[in-house]
Order: sequence, then structure tokens, then C-alpha cells
Amino acid sequence: MAEAAPLAVGRTWRRPPFIANARLRWLLWIGVAVYLAAALGTLDLNWQRMAQGLERGQRFVSGFLPPDFSSRGEAIFEGVLESLWMAFAATVVGIVLSIPIGVGGARNLVPQPVYAVCRSIMAVSRTLPEILVAILFVKLFGFGTFAGFMTLTFATVGYFGKLLAEDIESANQAPLEAMRASGATWLQRLNYAVQPLVMPRAIGIAIYRLDMNFRESAVIGIVGAGGIGATLNTAFDRYEYPSAAAILLVIIVIVLGSEYLSAYCRRLVR
Amino acid sequence: MPSLHLENVVKRYGAAAGSDALKAVSFVVPEGQIMALIGPSGAGKSTLIRCVNRLVEPTSGRILWGDVDLAALDSKALRAMRRKIGMIFQEFALVDRLTVMENVLSGRLGYVSFWQSWRRNFPQSDIDEAFRLLDRVGLTGFEDKRADALSGGQRQRVGIARALMQSPELLLVDEPTASLDPKTSRQIMRLIAELCRERKLTAIVNIHDVPLAKMFAERIVGLRDGKVVFDGTPEQLTGEALTSIYGAEDWEEAGQRALMKFVHHGADAPVIDQERLAGLR
Repeated sequence: MAEAAPLAVGRTWRRPPFIANARLRWLLWIGVAVYLAAALGTLDLNWQRMAQGLERGQRFVSGFLPPDFSSRGEAIFEGVLESLWMAFAATVVGIVLSIPIGVGGARNLVPQPVYAVCRSIMAVSRTLPEILVAILFVKLFGFGTFAGFMTLTFATVGYFGKLLAEDIESANQAPLEAMRASGATWLQRLNYAVQPLVMPRAIGIAIYRLDMNFRESAVIGIVGAGGIGATLNTAFDRYEYPSAAAILLVIIVIVLGSEYLSAYCRRLVR
Repeated sequence: MPSLHLENVVKRYGAAAGSDALKAVSFVVPEGQIMALIGPSGAGKSTLIRCVNRLVEPTSGRILWGDVDLAALDSKALRAMRRKIGMIFQEFALVDRLTVMENVLSGRLGYVSFWQSWRRNFPQSDIDEAFRLLDRVGLTGFEDKRADALSGGQRQRVGIARALMQSPELLLVDEPTASLDPKTSRQIMRLIAELCRERKLTAIVNIHDVPLAKMFAERIVGLRDGKVVFDGTPEQLTGEALTSIYGAEDWEEAGQRALMKFVHHGADAPVIDQERLAGLR
């Protein structure tokens, strides 16, 4: 038995490398190093300017303090309200529109042509950044909340639709097969074997999209689409930094609040 | 009630003819028979029973239920026909977030309109039948529990009630006990067999567990590489027959005993190793 032991002892083992070809592996490493060095070389770091920038930044930030809620209080309140309505309406309408598109984008539920069309709609919606869409819609519908509402609705369709489609595709397929076997129609299958499975996540995504829309409304307001963004932009234009700080704080508080709300709702529907 | 005739059923995945999942499978299941379909993994058992209700489209061949060719039905006629074919699944295929009652009633979806099913407004006769079935499978009082709150055996009972809710004439059972412990497996198979006899159902049961198949089926068909290689009674399923289905293995009790001895005398095992290694040197 003692003679048999060397067969089993002392053999080393290493995990096979991700890239099997050793030369290719080293070439890639060297390539990464060269690229990184070249990239750093083009940066043109100027320490003096950075130091100056820091100081200016400090002055800029201290300009925000203390936040001033009162002198533009009414404008802030109206802006927030406008943004909340814009975000809420866009979320609701966007989700209603994206449910059929999302279902149509689930490979396991629809024929290939429908799938292709729905996926394309969502892809277009997600490719265009909100700010570009907002500029377009401001040109189309004029300044104000309607352009903002349209922008956020458009963005919601791409976002919610895609996540819904993905969720439907990755959900347990067995109930769907069982419903098919019992002679259920397509709509019945959707109602019994898909909806219950994707509901908790869909609600979570919907609430997350609501707070995304609220945050986005602050950005697109800057290009004229109304809401708290417009108020924020005005405050900056007039160098009223304390008011701008107040607006930013209000946005943070509302986003935090929606964070808690979404966690709570998801717990409810589990 | 009709019998089920399979005539040269072929299922081809992709284009290659050599690797057909089913190679011209033919057999007849007479009315009221419980037939077990055994065979190694990948033999085509699941594909075969899914060809019967067309969850998988057969490439060619005829599947006659009485004088209706299931393989030739258009989608509307197929849906109507599927109502008559109940199916029980390996992983139960329940909708976890729905109640037991909703899961059982989903067996009636082929009979009610979308509007009715959406509002969960099933006819009183369906609800009566659902309660009767829940009693029969031993789940009295479970109607409002969520399906994911149940144990494996209970979940399969819901699966059985759902299949019977369709008032089927034919039952397709796909590995009903593969995710269950041995005792629950026996209880579930017994329940399925009893219900088939009570309701005079014809049934095809895919099953891994050969002793269980012998215990509850009247007839056993062995499938290997998409071909029927055994068709007979449980008594005819000898070690030789098992070899023809699964390939060479020691099916006899002597082998079992030798294995047990080996396990119990674990301390002696190195002796065997030593002898084997001696030959290498």
C-alpha cells in the first residue's frame, strides 16, 4: 500500500486559464498595459489648475449654503408638484402602453414577427437619451409640462417594456405549458401562468420607474420641459445658489421617500 | 371511451434524420389501461407524451384518439381536444403565487370564457367539482393556501386535481414522482392509479422508477433511443428485458447483495484496491 501512495500524492492542479493560448493571453495583457499608458499620456494633467479648480469648487459649494427654502418657496412648491404630476402621469400612461409591447417582446409568447416589431420599438425608445427626446418634444409641443410628460412616457415604454419582456422570458415556463395542455386560450394563459409570476417584479420596476421619471423631470426641465427642472434652471441662471440647493434637497428627499415606498410595496406583493 | 393508437410517430429536432428523438413509434393503448413508459434519460419519453397533446409537434405519423387524428388537428380543434387530455407534470407546474383553488380551477380554462376566468367567476358546478376533488386527493381545507406554501406531495396532489378538473378521458403523466421521496412517490402513484380506475381513464405514465412502474401499471413499454424495445406485462420485465432497455447492468438481487456487503465491510475495501493496483505494476 505504501508503494501505491505516490500515485495519488503530490500531483498539482491549477484551474485551466480562461484563455487557453498562453501567447495570446500575454499579448492581451501587454496590449491592455500599452493602451492604459497611452491613454494616461494624452490626459495632460495640470496639477496647478486642479488645485485652483478645487478652490473654486469650494467657493461654489459654500455659495449653496445655507439652502434657502423661503424666498422662492412658492416656485419650488409649484415646480415639485408639476414634476410629481408629470412623472406620475408619464409612469401610468407609459406602463399601460408598455404592457402590450413588453408581452409582445417575450419570445415565448408571440410569433417571431411580433417579437421583432416590439423589440425594435423598445430598442428605439432606449437608444434615444431623454434629454434629446425632450428637446425634440419641446420643439413639437412647445415649452411646458406636456413635452415633459411625452418624453417620460416615451422613455418609460422602452424601459418598463424591456424589463417586463425579460422577466416573462425568464419566469418558470412549466405553468405556461400546463395551461397550454389544458386547452387555455392565449389570453387565459397570460392571465393565469404569466401575470402572477411577473407581478411582484413588475410592481417593483413600476415604482422604480416612477422615481426615475421624477429625477429625469429635473433634467429635462432644463431644456424647457417644465417641472422642477425649469425652476432649478431659473435659480442657476439668476445665481440664486441657496434656492438651487433647496431644490436639490427637496429632490433628494422625494427620491428617498419613493425608495422606502417601493421597498414597502414590494414586501406587500411578494 | 376510445383507445389511443400511435402509428409511426416520428419527431425530428433539426434536420438530421439520423438523430430522430422518436423513430416511428407505434403502439395501442386500449381504453382504460394504465401504461407505464420507461427508458433511460433522453430516450424520448417526454417527447412522446408531449406529441400526444401536441405540446411538441410530431414530425410525421398519426396519433388516433378513437377516429380523430390528433396530429392533424388545426389549432382550434386542438384546443378543444386538449380539454379531454389531462396532464400531470414532474415539477408539478403549479402557479406558485395563485391559491390552490385557482390552480385547480385552471383545469377548466378550456371550458370557460376569458372574461369568466379573468374574474375567477367559474360556474357553480366547477366549484363543486373542485371541492370534491380536493377532498378526494386529501387536501380538504387547503383551497385558500398559496401553492408555494405546500409540500412536494401536496403540490402534486393539486396537480392531479387540476388534471382531473378537465374531466379528461386520457391522462398523460410525466415523471409524477421524480421530485418526491420514496414514500410520497408510492402514495402519489397509488392515488393516480386509483383515480384512473374510478374514472375509467386511459393513462400513459412516464416513470424512472422501475419497481414503482411494476407495482402500479398494467403494462410496461420500454423506450430506448426513440424506439420501442419492450412491450409487455410487469411480470415479463425481467433483468434481460431491462438490459435491452437500459443497457447492460447487474439487475439481479445477487448484485444488490454484493453491493451491500461491500458497503458494510467498508474497512476491507482497500484490499480490493491493492489487488487491482497490483495488476498495474
